[in-house]
Amino acid sequence: MAPETAILEGQQAAATQAKPQQATRTDNFVFGIPQDGLQKKQREVPLDEPPPLPPNSELTYIGKPTQRYDGPAKAMGKGKYTADVQLPGMLYARMVDATIPHGRIVSIDTSAAEKLPGVRAVYVIEHVYGVAELRDPKLEPPSRYPTVRYFGQPIAGIAAISQPIADDAAKLVKVQYDTKPFVVDRATARAEDAPLVFPGPADEAGTAGGGGGPADVPQKGNVHGPEQRKRGDTDKGFAEADVTVESEYFTQVQTHSALETHGFVVDWKPDEVTVYASTQGTSSVRNEFADVFKLPKSKVRVITEYMGGGFGAKFGAGNEGVVAANLSRKANAPVKLMLDRRQEHIVCNRPDSHQMLKIGAKSDGTLTAIQLTSYGTAGVGTGAGTAGPATNLYKCPNVLTEEYDVFINAGPGAAFRAPGHPQGCFAFEQTIDELAVKLNMDPLALREKIDESPARRVERQLILERTNWRNRKADGSDPGPIKHGMGIAQSVWYRFVNMDSSCEVRVLRDGSVELMSAVQDLGGGTKTILAQVVGEEFGMAPANVVIRIGDTRYPIGPDSGGSVTAGSITPAVRDAAYQAKRKLFAAVAPALGTAADNLAIQNGRVVFKNDRSKSYSLKQVTAKLPTGEISARATRVPDYTKDRLTYGGVDYVEIAVDTETGRIHVEKVFGAHDCGRPINPTGVISQINGGILQGISYALFEQRIMDDKSGYMLNANLENYKILGAREVPEIEVELIENYIAQSSTDAAGIGESAGIITLAAAIGNAFYNATGVRMRRIPMTPANVLAALGKVQGEVQA
Amino acid sequence: MADAPKIEVSRRGFLKGAGITAASGVIESAKAFGREAKDALQIAQTVGPGALPIKLHINGKEHTVTVEPRYTLAQTLRDNLGLTGTKVVCDRGSCSACTVWIDKVPALACMTLSVDAVGREITTIEGLSHGDTMHPVQAAFVKHDAMQCGFCTPGMVMSCVALLERNPNPSLADVKHAVSGNLCRCGTYPKVFAATLDVSQHRVASGLVSLSAGREA
Repeated sequence: MAPETAILEGQQAAATQAKPQQATRTDNFVFGIPQDGLQKKQREVPLDEPPPLPPNSELTYIGKPTQRYDGPAKAMGKGKYTADVQLPGMLYARMVDATIPHGRIVSIDTSAAEKLPGVRAVYVIEHVYGVAELRDPKLEPPSRYPTVRYFGQPIAGIAAISQPIADDAAKLVKVQYDTKPFVVDRATARAEDAPLVFPGPADEAGTAGGGGGPADVPQKGNVHGPEQRKRGDTDKGFAEADVTVESEYFTQVQTHSALETHGFVVDWKPDEVTVYASTQGTSSVRNEFADVFKLPKSKVRVITEYMGGGFGAKFGAGNEGVVAANLSRKANAPVKLMLDRRQEHIVCNRPDSHQMLKIGAKSDGTLTAIQLTSYGTAGVGTGAGTAGPATNLYKCPNVLTEEYDVFINAGPGAAFRAPGHPQGCFAFEQTIDELAVKLNMDPLALREKIDESPARRVERQLILERTNWRNRKADGSDPGPIKHGMGIAQSVWYRFVNMDSSCEVRVLRDGSVELMSAVQDLGGGTKTILAQVVGEEFGMAPANVVIRIGDTRYPIGPDSGGSVTAGSITPAVRDAAYQAKRKLFAAVAPALGTAADNLAIQNGRVVFKNDRSKSYSLKQVTAKLPTGEISARATRVPDYTKDRLTYGGVDYVEIAVDTETGRIHVEKVFGAHDCGRPINPTGVISQINGGILQGISYALFEQRIMDDKSGYMLNANLENYKILGAREVPEIEVELIENYIAQSSTDAAGIGESAGIITLAAAIGNAFYNATGVRMRRIPMTPANVLAALGKVQGEVQA
Repeated sequence: MADAPKIEVSRRGFLKGAGITAASGVIESAKAFGREAKDALQIAQTVGPGALPIKLHINGKEHTVTVEPRYTLAQTLRDNLGLTGTKVVCDRGSCSACTVWIDKVPALACMTLSVDAVGREITTIEGLSHGDTMHPVQAAFVKHDAMQCGFCTPGMVMSCVALLERNPNPSLADVKHAVSGNLCRCGTYPKVFAATLDVSQHRVASGLVSLSAGREA
C-alpha cells in the first residue's frame, strides 16, 4: 500500500543510517489502556531524553481540554490564509486549462491575452506534475506541449493586475487540439478495445501524503497492476473454512473539496523565492520548488500560517505553484494563483473502487482466508488500492490481495484522509457482517473473536455500554415504510513517524517562551498541542507560550500526511523544551545560590527540590539569565522500539431508511477511538466529529459525475456536488480512550485518518442491512441507489 | 477598450462589457444608482466599464474605493480594502463562506456587486469584534472549538449572530436552519450549534438584551 511505503521512508532512512553507539538509560514508562489497568513498560532511551511522562490524569496541561491556540484569530476572521495574502505590487493569476479530455496540443496562441491591458505575464506549461508518466516517453511523438489526458488539465497561467482581468485574459488563450478518443469511466476503460489513456505503461511516483501507486507492476491497456500481496496460502485457508462468503462492492469518486482551494503566492526574487502556500507540508513545497527550479533549498522560503483544509491533497509545488513561480519570475512581481472552485474539483480526488472479496472462516468465526481483488481509478494517476482494512484489521493467516489501477481521462487521484481505507472498509466490514449473518453470530461478538487489538476491545465494550446495541432487532424485522437499523464498523490506521521533525525553544530574559518549527497547522490543532507540551515543561499556560510555525526559516517540520504530525513533532518539542529548561536552570543556579539539579518546576513555579518553601516565578528566574535568551533545538528521536503499531476506532450508527423515498437519515453516531496519548482531547474530538461527518457525506451524498460524451465533470461546483450540511448532522457522541504505547517522550499520535471517515460508509451499510434485510453494495446511498437496492426501481448499472 | 474580449454573458461579464451608467462621478447612494444593471442603463450618464470611485459604509466607517462595476462586494472587501475575513469559497452563492450583513441582513458578498452595496450598511466579520475583544458568539465559537481549519468560520459566525439578533432564544433546529447554507468541510457543525445555543442560554439567563453587533472594527 502506497501510504505506508511513502510515509515510512523517512523513518527507515533514519533507522538504517549507521549511528555511533549512543549512551542510553533504562526508564519505566506508563503503558496500556486505563480501562484495562495501566502497566509499566521498561524502555532503553537516549540519555538526553526527558523523564517519562505520567498518565494524563497526573499532568497539568497535556491531556486536558485546551482552547484552540489560534481560535480567537479564526473566530474574528484575522487569520491570514494564503488566499488572503496581499503583497505590494502583487499580481493575480488564473490557470488556463484544457477543454478536451484527450489529445495533442497543436498550437497555443496567447497573443490576444498578452495584449489585454493589465496583463503582466503569460506562462505556458512545459510539464504536468502530479500525474502518471509514461515509462517510455518515446511512445509519444515529441512535442513542446504535454499531451492532454483530462478535461481541465492545466495548460498555461496568466498574471494581471486584477483577478477579473486575469480571468478575462484566460478566456482569450486560443488552443488548437488534435483530439483523441477518450474514456471517463472505470468499467469501460477496462475493456480491451477501450481508448488508451497512455500508449504504454505509466507510473505515478509516491507523494508525501500517500498518493501515487506501485511502479513495478504490469500494465495491459488501461489496467495497471496488480499489486499483489500474499500472506500464507489462501487455497489452503479456504479448504479449511467451514463457511465462505463472497461479495462485491462499489464506491464512487469523492473530491476533497477543501474550502480554501489549492493555491500559492510566489514572490520570486534573485536572492530568495518566498512562497506562501496552502499546503500540508512546508518542507514538501520547498523540496519541489528546489527540484523544479534547480534552486538550493536554502533559497526557497515557504510560509503557511493558516491553511483552509487539505485532507491529503495539498503537498509539493503542484502545477499551480510552478506556474505562479514562473509568472512571478517573468513579471518581476509577486503573483497570487488560487484555483477556482471548478478547478479544485478536478485537481484531486479519492479514487473509486470495484471490489470483490472472499472470506473463509471456521464455524466459531476464526478467519482462515481473505481474498480481495480491487479495481479503482485515480484518473490519470495511480493509488486506488483498497487492501488496508482487509490486510490489517483482523487476525488471519492466509491473505491474498490484488489491487489494480485503471486509467481514465479524468483528473488525478490524490491521498485523501486514510487513502484506500474508506473504500476498503466499506467492502470489508460489510463482508465481515455478511459472515456474521452466515455464522448466525452477533457482529460485535464476531469481531471480539477475530480482532486482536486491545484498544478496539475496550472500544467495543464502550459500544455495548453506551449505545442501544443490545436492543438491536433482527435484520429486516422493522415493520412499516420507515425502517430503523443499527450498525458498526471498525477502522485501522498505522503509526508513521516523520523524522524531519525539529524545533527550537527559546526562553527570554523577560520570562517569555517561544517555540519555532516549520511544521504547519491544517486545522487539526497543531499549534495548540505544541503550546501544551511546552507549557507542561515550563508550568506555563499554553495560551502564554508563543508558537511560531509554518515557516521554513524555522527548524524543519514534518509534512502533515497520514496522521503523522502529532506523533512526530511533539516528542521533539518536549525534548527541546526540556533541554531549554535544563539550560535555564544551569544558567541561573549560581545566582539563585544552588545547584542546577536542585531546581524544578512545580505548579507553575521554580522550586528548590531540597527546600520546597523556596520558590520563584519563572519571570524572577529568567531575570537572572546572564544572556538575553537561551535556546535549545531538538530533532525527533526514533521511536523507542521498532514495533509496528496501529490505531483505530469503532463507530456505531443508528439510521432510518424511508423505503418509499429511498432517503436515509443518520440519527445517531457513537464513536470510540484511540490515538496514543491524547494531548488535546478537545481538538481530537473535533477531528473525530469531522471524520464522522465526512464519512456520512461520502456514504450518502458525494459523487463526481463525468459526462461520457464530453469528458467534462458535470458537477464541479458546490451546488451539484453535494457535501453534508448542517441539517444532515446527526447526534454525535465521541469517547476517546487513552492508549499509552511507551514509544516517545510524549506518546502522542494523530487522529486525522482513523477519525470516522474510514468506518461510516460501512457502518451505515451494516445498519441499512439491519433495517431492511437488504445489503447496500454501492455508495453514495442516494435515494436512486437505495430504491434500486430495494428492488423498487430498475437499477441503474454504473460499475 | 479597443479589443474588448468576447466573453460569455454573465452578470459580471455583462457589466464589464456594457459599462454602467450613473448620475455622478462618485456613486454615493443606492438612490442615485439602480440596484440592477437594467435600471442603471436607463440613467443618462455612462460610467465604466473602467473602474469608478464608490463610497461604501463598512463596519461604521466610510470607504471610498475605485473598482470596476463588475467587482463583487467580496472582491472589493478582500482585494481593495484588505478585509480578508470574508472568505470566497465557491464564488457563486452555494456555500455562504462570504456571508456579510447588508442593512443587518445576512447576504452573500460573492453574489452582490459592490455598486449595489452603495448607500447601504455593510457589516463584515471584522465589524463584530473590538480589537482583541470578541463578540460573545465569537468567544463561544472558541470555547466550544467550533472551528478547525477556520475557513468557513467567519461566515458561520455572521449567520449565527444574525440568527440571535432576530431570535434570541433559538432551538437546535433554528440554528441548523440558520447555517444550513454554510458549508464546512472539517465538520465543525455540532460545535457551531453548541456555541450558538450556549450564547443564547447565557444571554437569556443573564437578562442581556443586545449582542451589540455591528460595531466598528
